[in-house]
Amino acid sequence: MSTLVDVDEALTRYQPVMGLEVHVELNTVSKMFCGCATTFGAEPNTQVCPVCLGLPGALPVVNGKAVESAIRIGLALNCQIAAWCRFARKNYFYPDMPKNFQTSQYDEPIAYDGWTEVTLSDEGQDGETYRIEIERAHMEEDTGKSLHVGGATGRIHGADHSLVDFNRAGIPLIEIVTKTIEVPGEKAASVARAYVAHLRDLIGGLGVSDVRMDQGSLRCDVNLSLKPLGSHELGTRSETKNVNSFRSVERAVRYEISRHAGILDAGKKVVQETRHFHESDGTTSPGREKSDAEDYRYFPEPDLAPVAPPRDWVEELRGTLPEQPSARRKRLQQEWEFSDLDMRDTVGAGALELVAATIDAGASPQVARKWWLGELARRANEQGVDLDALAISPEQVAGIQALIDAGRINDKLARDVFEGVLAGEGTPEEVVSARGLEVVSDEGALGEAVDRAIEANPDVAQKIRDGKVQAAGALIGAVMKDMRGQADAARVRELILEKLA
Amino acid sequence: MTEPVSGITRADVAHLADLARISLSDDELDHLATELPAILEHVAVVQQAAGDDVTPMSHPIPVSNVFRADEVVPSLAPEEALAGAPEREEQRFLVPKILGEES
Repeated sequence: MSTLVDVDEALTRYQPVMGLEVHVELNTVSKMFCGCATTFGAEPNTQVCPVCLGLPGALPVVNGKAVESAIRIGLALNCQIAAWCRFARKNYFYPDMPKNFQTSQYDEPIAYDGWTEVTLSDEGQDGETYRIEIERAHMEEDTGKSLHVGGATGRIHGADHSLVDFNRAGIPLIEIVTKTIEVPGEKAASVARAYVAHLRDLIGGLGVSDVRMDQGSLRCDVNLSLKPLGSHELGTRSETKNVNSFRSVERAVRYEISRHAGILDAGKKVVQETRHFHESDGTTSPGREKSDAEDYRYFPEPDLAPVAPPRDWVEELRGTLPEQPSARRKRLQQEWEFSDLDMRDTVGAGALELVAATIDAGASPQVARKWWLGELARRANEQGVDLDALAISPEQVAGIQALIDAGRINDKLARDVFEGVLAGEGTPEEVVSARGLEVVSDEGALGEAVDRAIEANPDVAQKIRDGKVQAAGALIGAVMKDMRGQADAARVRELILEKLA
Repeated sequence: MTEPVSGITRADVAHLADLARISLSDDELDHLATELPAILEHVAVVQQAAGDDVTPMSHPIPVSNVFRADEVVPSLAPEEALAGAPEREEQRFLVPKILGEES
């Protein structure tokens, strides 16, 4: 195995060339070609029928809503919409694909030749914008889910085997493929991440998918090759599959740059293959050697009628597109009265939708931003996950703030409530009552604690009597400590000043 | 044997058999390597008959836009769904693990 080369060093010699394939699971209530439900997390093999199990004689029928969603995604990506296109069978054998072919589209995608603009929001990149060319967006279906069971688990079957649940098989997917992306090498990883985050916002805004990377409804394959700086000849690419968080997209790009550079430096050849990304250490490992397209023996699907979207329908759908994310961002920034920096940080942290939803749920913009970019960003970072993968909803965040505003908890206690909600202890209300986090509003108890603090700190008390009001902080601290944080600091201050007036 | 018109070689037949997961003996490969090109040549006659003005058809009747509404219909009971499974475990289809591949 060749050694890895430091990314910065690799970029002094090589230019990365990327292609990103993003799979979006649509949020239709039924599957692409049959009426089985698409509910996430259902009991295994309870959402399957003869069509999605590929039983003999079963006939598929296209879900019209999925076609509509595909067209809307295509339009949002500034694509041409095919006047006429067909489905095709992609033939290969894999146990999670019951029909032994995937119903997909081949040389007639429903949407093609588009573009979209992504804005880098990382620190120091000052909103640089890159135009990403879209090759195509086509309709296909998802596969089942395999559970790999190792021989080492001591099961009676001994040898390694897999257990397959076909609930996901046949759920509509849109695959969005970029043309090659060639940006300054040091921007490659950020651009890849920003592109996937941009698709999340764009497609989420259309309301056609949950776009949850943590639940697999948004997945990214990263194709990457290196060529010597100044060269026009493309290198051999690797395809890193199913990279499942924004952070991982960035890491996968960086790792593959390092790995390819190591191979090329040693004068060896990069193998054209798929790679698996490992969240644990940010590395990739070999998957299968990539088949040539002709090995899939694509041919038009005879069981499905061609799709020929009438032009007036396409135009009608164009009329349903929401404002573009960049325009919406500008509007929200104004509404929320965020500075450019606030907005960039919010977008960069992947918190835009979360903050928006928190505001919709009743929190003020500044407060919503504070929690998501402060406390919650810290916790997401600790767990190594994206913000939207945290086990807390925008409504719950707004709920916690409402408890603060009602004077029932303070900021410090709120942190405990966040901890409880994230640990799955229930709603903010439930966590407050289960953990006994409510602030003490009993004036008697507060008064006694203030008296104790004054008695224990006579010097400070004297300063306050002499008019040095700012010294009150020390006494407030003592009272809060005494009350284990469960006191309303503003009320404590009032009591101290009253008593020492 | 002269090089067949279709350009299908014995190695092509072996590759196709591998893609289709069909195990062929050496004798069968020899046999098919002559038979497949003959079949293709035979079918190629159709291409001569159809001029450039004839669009290839993938469907017997010219219909398009056959859609169903996005509505859930009842699925099979898991017991029915798994009825054809050679082996099962935890209400899932039990299959041999394919080495070197992961979904």
